[in-house]
Amino acid sequence: MTVFAFYMFAALVIASGAFTILARNPVHSVLWLILAFFNAAGLMVLVGAEFLAMLLIVVYVGAVAVLFLFVVMMLNIDFAELRAGFMKNAPLGVAIAVILLAELVLGIGAYRAGKLELGTPLGDAAPIAGASNTESLGALIYTKYLFLFEVAGVILLVAMIGAIVLTHRGQRSTRGHQNIAKQNARRPQDATVNVKPEVGQGVEL
Amino acid sequence: MAFAASFALIAPELVLGITGLLLTLVAAYGGDKFARFASIAAAVALGGAFALVAPSVCAGASGMETEAFGGLFRADAFAGFAKLMIFAASGATLMIAPRFFEKIGAMKTEFPVLILFAALGMSIMVSANDLLTLYMGLELNSLAAYVLAAMLRDDDRSAEAGLKYFVLGALASGILLFGMSLTYGFTGTTSFAGITAAVSGELSTGMLFGLIFMLAGLAFKISAAPFHMWTPDVYTGAPTPVTMFFASAPKVAAVALLARVSMEAFGSQVDAWRQVVIAAALLSIVIGALGAIGQSNIKRLLAYSSINNVGFILIGLAAANASGASALLVYLAIYTVMTVGSFVAVLLMRDAEGNQLEGISDLAGLATTRPALAWALMALMFSLAGIPPLFGFWGKFVVFQAAVEADLLALAAIGIAASVIGAFYYIKIVKIMFFDEPAGTITGEADKAHWALLLICGVIVSPLGYFLTPWLGSLADMAAASLGLPG
Repeated sequence: MTVFAFYMFAALVIASGAFTILARNPVHSVLWLILAFFNAAGLMVLVGAEFLAMLLIVVYVGAVAVLFLFVVMMLNIDFAELRAGFMKNAPLGVAIAVILLAELVLGIGAYRAGKLELGTPLGDAAPIAGASNTESLGALIYTKYLFLFEVAGVILLVAMIGAIVLTHRGQRSTRGHQNIAKQNARRPQDATVNVKPEVGQGVEL
Repeated sequence: MAFAASFALIAPELVLGITGLLLTLVAAYGGDKFARFASIAAAVALGGAFALVAPSVCAGASGMETEAFGGLFRADAFAGFAKLMIFAASGATLMIAPRFFEKIGAMKTEFPVLILFAALGMSIMVSANDLLTLYMGLELNSLAAYVLAAMLRDDDRSAEAGLKYFVLGALASGILLFGMSLTYGFTGTTSFAGITAAVSGELSTGMLFGLIFMLAGLAFKISAAPFHMWTPDVYTGAPTPVTMFFASAPKVAAVALLARVSMEAFGSQVDAWRQVVIAAALLSIVIGALGAIGQSNIKRLLAYSSINNVGFILIGLAAANASGASALLVYLAIYTVMTVGSFVAVLLMRDAEGNQLEGISDLAGLATTRPALAWALMALMFSLAGIPPLFGFWGKFVVFQAAVEADLLALAAIGIAASVIGAFYYIKIVKIMFFDEPAGTITGEADKAHWALLLICGVIVSPLGYFLTPWLGSLADMAAASLGLPG
């Protein structure tokens, strides 16, 4: 059963990954990408990392992919024009592909040559029996790493303040602002005036 | 309760953080009308944090009881000494910044808030006892700094400075993180004590990579050559009070952090990092000295001067013993005072309408038109050059003494020779001020806060500063002792 689920998710990840780059319509690409994320989340559930799976769906599908979709739809990128430069940039693409291939070969070679001598993690605390990894992570973040967790919050706050300071331009709306109290305080006798224009003279406003 | 003790140890950070949060609310609801109030409140918070740190520095706090949150954070005398400098420099920035920004109508309530959060980040940096804490503090400080550099967003140079700082800073953070992940992979721990225990023997190649990448990332943050490219552009483009802030507080924090990583976490691997530090020190001294010669903008010149000074600080680090760490702290303290003084003097360069001037040619003949400013600037320049009767000499002296004690004679000799090259452009400024025809452009008046700050810095760098040496030296010795180094 697990084996079947693994092959299904794995095949779907690869297939939707391929369709992401093959689709002609960029909106379809993003939708294929979302499918790839979902299947990757399924793979993570299979290896027992259910927190990471949820995170992948919440962050990547919920936020990043939707952001992509917005960008793709709003920027109106002309992909035909982008493809027109394909042959011009082909040598660069081939060079990058060769470098990546060489890295793959080297990496596999190094892996087959033997294990690296890595340090052993210091896990001195006993694992919480029967706890899901969401629970275990929470137990660490809110006790041992509480300080760092709070500092991370402050960092995000500073990033937000910074973004606002650098982009907020005060109130300069072109439509002006509706002041309801001022509208209610306006009396008919201030706003209207009775005139008797002479025939043929027009009115002065 | 362990948490209660931990919170007592981070009291200065709590003061800064909570004041920062409250002032954020003031900025959000009150708007820019409250900029003055926020500046004063932030300065009071920095003063409070200063007062909270001072006892631990005077007592020379060290050992296990200074560790908070299970060893993530360490409030020992070394961190305390650096924090005192950081808080003082941040406070000085808050003192002089409102006048500068109000003149061009760009004072924002967020400015003191960002300075507070940057100071909070720096104080976490210098107290880091774990790679995670290190990175959190560094990012908190850097993010606030990027925004501060681009504070004058309508000014092209300021926007350029912010963008350049952001892109290169993000790259440096990436390099640092890469080194940290390699270190974690090969040692299995992120705590400094754990790293020390794990790297006791011969360093593996991967571990050496991690160490070098971490040093490179941190060298960027202290703008040591060859990672100094961003410094002149960012220092010139950023608003002058922000430049003063960049040249003083974050530099102190990053140098203290570098010292802690190399001397504490990698204290048993001195031979592995010493050559890197020596190379960076010599390159910084030479590039800082040669690069400054052709400059016509005083802020750019001071940027090269700060690169040059970082080189001398790194000589203290290269000594890799307790007297080296003590010399590094003494040099940092004197450097901070000289930098703050120089930038305040730059801020006093105003024309009749009160606009800021930055050209070195504007200084011509200052001795006849504005003698007080000229004499103060002369004292600062001679002190930066390390000419004996002034206090800057003492900093260079202790650093070279530490290098000689650590048998780094060649390094000390080259450093002294290069400091002579550096003296050239400092003396050139003095020559322009005292012997050139008056340019007569600097005619504007300044307010009292600037003069007060310049007076304090001037008195400290003057020969009167030597009365401080026993006191400063013993505090720095105690702070260095809390690192637990040999000799």
